[in-house]
Amino acid sequence: MKRITLIVSCLLIISYCFSQTSAPKSKKLPSVTIKTVDGKTIKTSDISNNGKPIIISFWALWCKPCQKELSTIAEVYDEWQKETGVKLVAVSIDDARSSARVLPTVNGNNWSYEVLLDVNGDFKRAMNVNMIPHTFLLNGNGEIVWQHTSFAEGSELELIELVRKLNRGEDISEKK
Amino acid sequence: MNIKLLIRGLKIIIFIGCFPMLGLSQNFLNSGSVQGNFQLDAQYYQKDSAIGANEVSEKMLMNAFANIIYTNGNFSTGLRYESYRNPMLGFDNRYKGSGIAYRYATYKADEFEITVGNFYEQFGSGMIFRSYEERNLGYDNAMDGIRVKFNPIQGILLKAIIGTQRFFWDVGPGIVRGGDAEFAINEFIPSFSESKTRVTIGGSVISKYQPTEEILYDVTKMYNLPENVAAFAGRMNVSRGKININAEYAYKSNDPNAQNNYIYRHGEALLVSAAYSKKGLGIILSGKRVDNMAFKSRRTEAGNMLNVNYLPTLTKQHAYSLSAIYPYATQPNGEMGVQGEIVYSIPKNTLLGGKYGTEVKLNYSRANSIENDTSGLNITGYQGGSKGYTSGFLKFGDQLYFQDFNIEISKKINNRIKGSLSWVNLIYNQAVIEGHPGLPTVYANVLIADVNYKITPLKSLRTEIQFLSTQQDEGNWIMGMLEYSIAPQWFFSVSDQYNYGNEIDAKKIHYYNLGFGFNRNSSRVQMSYGKQREGILCVGGVCRQVPAAYGLNITITSSF
Repeated sequence: MKRITLIVSCLLIISYCFSQTSAPKSKKLPSVTIKTVDGKTIKTSDISNNGKPIIISFWALWCKPCQKELSTIAEVYDEWQKETGVKLVAVSIDDARSSARVLPTVNGNNWSYEVLLDVNGDFKRAMNVNMIPHTFLLNGNGEIVWQHTSFAEGSELELIELVRKLNRGEDISEKK
Repeated sequence: MNIKLLIRGLKIIIFIGCFPMLGLSQNFLNSGSVQGNFQLDAQYYQKDSAIGANEVSEKMLMNAFANIIYTNGNFSTGLRYESYRNPMLGFDNRYKGSGIAYRYATYKADEFEITVGNFYEQFGSGMIFRSYEERNLGYDNAMDGIRVKFNPIQGILLKAIIGTQRFFWDVGPGIVRGGDAEFAINEFIPSFSESKTRVTIGGSVISKYQPTEEILYDVTKMYNLPENVAAFAGRMNVSRGKININAEYAYKSNDPNAQNNYIYRHGEALLVSAAYSKKGLGIILSGKRVDNMAFKSRRTEAGNMLNVNYLPTLTKQHAYSLSAIYPYATQPNGEMGVQGEIVYSIPKNTLLGGKYGTEVKLNYSRANSIENDTSGLNITGYQGGSKGYTSGFLKFGDQLYFQDFNIEISKKINNRIKGSLSWVNLIYNQAVIEGHPGLPTVYANVLIADVNYKITPLKSLRTEIQFLSTQQDEGNWIMGMLEYSIAPQWFFSVSDQYNYGNEIDAKKIHYYNLGFGFNRNSSRVQMSYGKQREGILCVGGVCRQVPAAYGLNITITSSF
């Protein structure tokens, strides 16, 4: 009981500290070193798209809805890119059990996304991903402005609408 | 309150105490950001003697955690508060309690990155060292110690770690320390930078120290146990155009432990894969050998915890409930396995491809025992205190552990309908995989149809029909599922798994389930009511036995 009181009071102190600076801060991507699907090492904070929006989607080979999301978007990805300049980065959280199968699957599926391998979940943890699919949307300045978990047919329509809004300079941040 | 608890309490105070101190420097906080996530799973349990679901005296059990990460430029710190009041069925009861189970601080400066506290890390494919978590399975062997990463020039990454491993609310007795070096040849040797062939090589060393202890064998004699166990691994990745080859070899010095029945034999593992892929076609072949590679930071540990290494399973992880009834898990004492997979997209506007193209996936995997020769040692296999056995490096044994052949065809029919058909053929050595000698090997066929019908752009109906046929174990199963979703927020589902082929009439049970979920941005609430089949649940390479359960389940997750 004593420890719980202790923890709660500490949390209160922390929240007090943070409440002093409650002005909304832009959330940039954390810097984690992971690999691209073809073996190059990159820093996640270097992910960029020439000032255009970026979609980051966490997925895995064992996750059906994730693959449905990626293959649904793949059908319209060319059009999306032409219209909005958006780029999709697909982050596979497959571990050593299946990470070698990611590249053949991506190519076999004809996906033209940028694919990253997060084999020990470092990027996933830094982005606070619990369940996949978990999709993030970054604006042209590389700030995380929207995120969503789960995929159902039609979710991609909301996503591209948000990208269009970003390109028009509208604010799409989550309204509290 | 005992001394240990007191010390831990103090540590937490000091750690958290750092936060208000940061508050002194307003500028520091002003430019920082706080992120985190939260998950809560709770179940209200009802008794159902037919499926073997027992009454729970607490009526309701709950697992929850929250991560909070504070980042400011090159500095970041975070903690995870976990609460198991009390642990849900299927989770180890030693998790009972609440507290801060994970806390760390990291500082990055140009070439260096230093972490103190808890961390997760992996060397190569993890065959000699991997510290990781599978929250939903209750697996966590987070390190508690220090990690330093050093990146002297582009293309060279060095890591060193030392610490102990998480064991529920405590840490294991063994100290794990080691280092890893990786060289991306093309990145640090200028003359290779334009080469089409890309080569990365790496090597790692791990040593585990655990004081000797008194473990008896043969009534009077004591094992002479090594206090230090060393392991080495070397790896290589070569890619050129469409071809990609990975290989890693690992060696471990002799390490008598509860998993290998205290034999004095070295351990070895090899993992290789070769892939060829281009747009529309991907092919991969992989193989592995594991020989006496159980490696834990407590030699008497027989359960799932305190793994120093990770031995990847070379089989496909099935995502449908009936094809996942018989999952395979690596046998750390010895196995040889192969896997092959072809992913092919039949182009649009062809006879087989149709208007939208068709995607075909073929996968085959097989795992066998390794040769286990005791003739030269004058013992029976695995006799504690002996050298155990000998085994030719690439020699198969005669026992089949697992085989899986599966094919999946996915197709879009028109703008409203798309779906997939799968066939899975399994051979599952229940006696070895589940550790229950005497059980028969299961031969099973599974057929699955998954169809999605789009009612409007945002509303769809999805159905799964699954059928499993086998003469062994619990016999045939049939499963049906209907899901209605309104993107991007709502889904409703109803499903039933029926064990109609069970030989025992009382066990011909319907495992029905009703559920719904609501998503808003990165928050999700999901509720379900029904029966859960007893079985093995596997995620990301770890499996745990989940008990039969009946009742109301709620999951809340949120990221912020």
